[in-house]
Amino acid sequence: MYRTTDILTNTPNASLSEAGYMVINVGPQHPATHGVLHLVITLSGETIINVEPHLGYIHRSIEKMCESLTYRQFIYTTSRMDYLSSHINNHCCALSVEKGLQIEIPDRAKYIRIILDELTRLASHQLWWGAMAMDIGAITPFFYAFREREMINDIMEETCGARLTMNYMVPGGVMFDLHPNFQKKVKEFIAFFKSKINEYDEILTGNIIFQNRMKGVGIISKEDAISYGCTGPTARGSGVSCDVRKLYPYEIYNRIEFDEIINNGCDSFARYEVRMQEMKQSLKIIEQLIDNIPEGDFQAKTKTVLKLPKGEFYTRVETARGEFGVYIVSEGGTTPYRIKFRSPGFSNLSALNHMAKGNKIGDLVAIMGSIDLVIPDIDR
Amino acid sequence: MQTLTNRAKLVERKPLSFIERVYLWNILKGLIITFSHIFKKKPTIQYPEVKRTFSPVFRGLHVLNRDEEGRERCTACGLCAVACPAEAITMEAAERLPGEEHLYREEKYAARYEINMLRCIFCGLCEEACPKDAVYLSETFAGANFNRESFVYGKENLLIPNPKTDPEGYAKAKGN
Repeated sequence: MYRTTDILTNTPNASLSEAGYMVINVGPQHPATHGVLHLVITLSGETIINVEPHLGYIHRSIEKMCESLTYRQFIYTTSRMDYLSSHINNHCCALSVEKGLQIEIPDRAKYIRIILDELTRLASHQLWWGAMAMDIGAITPFFYAFREREMINDIMEETCGARLTMNYMVPGGVMFDLHPNFQKKVKEFIAFFKSKINEYDEILTGNIIFQNRMKGVGIISKEDAISYGCTGPTARGSGVSCDVRKLYPYEIYNRIEFDEIINNGCDSFARYEVRMQEMKQSLKIIEQLIDNIPEGDFQAKTKTVLKLPKGEFYTRVETARGEFGVYIVSEGGTTPYRIKFRSPGFSNLSALNHMAKGNKIGDLVAIMGSIDLVIPDIDR
Repeated sequence: MQTLTNRAKLVERKPLSFIERVYLWNILKGLIITFSHIFKKKPTIQYPEVKRTFSPVFRGLHVLNRDEEGRERCTACGLCAVACPAEAITMEAAERLPGEEHLYREEKYAARYEINMLRCIFCGLCEEACPKDAVYLSETFAGANFNRESFVYGKENLLIPNPKTDPEGYAKAKGN
């Protein structure tokens, strides 16, 4: 692994400084990098020549750790990866174990899972909205976003038992039944948030100062977005149709009416618009389901010790950042032989260099904000 | 643009009107929104003075339960330690001697029961695994201390107060 000093003195191209270029480090503890992300930026004046992300500062070898955990236990390590959509990560793991065991889960559990997934997506997008606005210099949206996110956190705490690492999904359903207040609180939240999302639009989306910061920076074409493996709003902002909920519907998404949002803008503002519209779609999904949660079991009957048959299993879900995949190789034992997580953040980050090249250094945070990076997800 | 599958909804960009392009008006609009919040209800909670109530499923620090007669429920079967993904729980079993029936519920009990709160990820699997309802996660959540050793909670920290000798403490720990 590199040390910061190594990079500064032993840059591959020794003539960089002679050519008038400057190499600077952003991070790994820089306030604008959302965590321990380390970017080595080559600059010519103010223009970015090259951005090189260095990973490894928050590597916890989760994939290796999962090989010694049972199929019930390994789910909980994924909450620590993309902590903002931990529910959806857990969902994907539970789905892949269910696929291996061929368990049919009850309808009630499916409804609960989808509602909580969409609430998680909303909470994640709210935090992204606030954090991105703060990155480019607007402090107030951060507080507004956290005010609304607090309501979701309260719902999660009441229903799942924790605010961030929910651990609510188990193979076969959900851990325990819904709290009696759940439906009432979710409806309250939807009514409240519908008025607030207009405020979001008024204060930030329609603001010309904000738009001038976002429009025309971080451009990535449709072909490039596909070739870099971008997924989620990052790719949909470039016109790629890649929503797993539509393309490979899991649980009951094929029965729900919602739109996949794409935008042909290809720049940071297009990705921003996609996420804002997605929040409205998430509200729409929750509204359809919240009154129709069927009665019944919340968990299918499973054995105490789960043993997956020999083989390979892959499932994917749409997290707030893109496609999240779990690939399990099983040898027939109680623990997986190998687990691979396909995290959306890693592929999206790989496109950062392409997006940032040629832009000014001040735009870098606007581009990074529009990709919505969560570092523990990239570097697990 | 015609999409291949017609699954997607295309969002196009509208051109800005003149008033939207004026910087000063946008600054004023932002100020109006932020200033209007001065007169609204504050969402903050004054934490140490005011505390929120938690739901019964909240996963906080662990508690070792006793039955109504004040006897320890734990039989040191080790199922919680096996279920723990973080390997935070260790225990040592011991056999109940004659004359200790008022202390332990069954013939076997945990002589040493330790949970490393720094390792614990508060997933609640120990609570799920326990066949005797002996360990459960309480609504206390903020453990603070000066050194690492004091985060290894032994039986003296984990056990709920005895309902016979300390009914008030027991009721408080039960949360009602």
